[in-house]
Amino acid sequence: MSVINTQTPPTGPAQKVAEFHTPLILGEHGLCPGCGEPVALRILLETLQELNLVQRTIGVVGHGCYGSFVRIMDIDVLQCLHGRAPACATGIKRMRPDTAVFTLQGDGDMVNEGLQEVIHAAARGENVTCILLNNGVFGDTGGQQTATTVLGQRTKTSLEGRDAEKHGYPIRIADIVASVDGAGYVARGAVNTAREVMRTKRLIRNAFESQLAGEGLSLVEILTMCPTGWFVTAPDGPDYLESSMTAAYPLGVLHSRSAEAN
Amino acid sequence: MSVDSKGTLVIDVELCKGCELCIAACPPTVLEMSSEVNAMGYRYPVLHEGCTGCTACQLVCPDAVFEVYRLQV
Ligand SMILES: Cc1ncc(C[n+]2csc(CCOP(=O)(O)OP(=O)(O)O)c2C)c(N)n1
Ligand code: SF4
Ligand code: SF4
Ligand code: SF4
Ligand SMILES: [Mg+2]
Repeated sequence: MSVINTQTPPTGPAQKVAEFHTPLILGEHGLCPGCGEPVALRILLETLQELNLVQRTIGVVGHGCYGSFVRIMDIDVLQCLHGRAPACATGIKRMRPDTAVFTLQGDGDMVNEGLQEVIHAAARGENVTCILLNNGVFGDTGGQQTATTVLGQRTKTSLEGRDAEKHGYPIRIADIVASVDGAGYVARGAVNTAREVMRTKRLIRNAFESQLAGEGLSLVEILTMCPTGWFVTAPDGPDYLESSMTAAYPLGVLHSRSAEAN
Repeated sequence: MSVDSKGTLVIDVELCKGCELCIAACPPTVLEMSSEVNAMGYRYPVLHEGCTGCTACQLVCPDAVFEVYRLQV
């Protein structure tokens, strides 16, 4: 089979249907091969662009591998103390109600370090969108177990696999937030296949539309691959996500104020 | 360009980190890893005939390696 020249665009009549990435990404992220977080970042920024929100968006970023995105995303950002992004986002949105405000947090950040923040922000019905990148580990610090690590999963601090008796059960934060009265929209997606990437992008869009409609706190949990923390090869990351995480964390819309009103 | 291809790619091989997510994501399996490596030392995808321009490779790639075109025939 002959190899096609892919160094330059086609010379004949052709339509470009996908860019390398959005112009809102200014450079390389430096994350591991096969990491799911840069895919989530790309669909988040594409959504802001498509909703024409770039000029009035403020992002609030927590601490984790995704923290390196603050250098390369061409929107206004504030980086907060570990886990406190929903509180900072609250202040920004209350002082500047004309802005679109989101948080970008990991499971370690949102569900361990700052668990109370997102629940209280939801209970207050803050009009902000929280994006949770859930990979079930503290990736940035070497892959330790977090509150969302699924039972049986091996991490640096649960080498024999997470055991409920020893380590407790995982916390399904999206389900908790969905049950809080001040929540406007809660959904869970993943980035392990092209189909799920497309679906998750729609969930992110719904969440920002919910924020703009003033429905209360919106949360999109995105399951992302962390092959480095999971002790799997990069090509095995998507299947590992499917087999280990999606049973514990079913994908879909968990709560939608506007859908329930109709 | 073969008449069998409805789409094609520009592949920025120097950005590739060799994770192979694009290989499994390609429905007609027209991507294959190279035997050569880029400056970072990673193998990268090469394209064979039969691309449909579906954009699945671009959607799953963490490192922004692909630009996708649909050919007008
Ligand atoms: C108050 C505080 N405690 C601990 C740390 C160390 N720390 C930095 S990143 C991180 C883990 C973040 O995990 P997660 O949010 O899941 O992000 P990931 O790296 O997995 O994407 C920790 C514990 C810190 N920066 N500040
Ligand atoms: S450690 Fe995990 S989350 Fe962090 S960059 Fe590597 S793969 Fe991504
Ligand atoms: S655009 Fe679709 S068919 Fe073409 S290489 Fe990418 S995944 Fe394969
Ligand atoms: S998905 Fe992207 S980074 Fe991974 S092998 Fe394919 S082109 Fe390279
Ligand atoms: Mg994490």
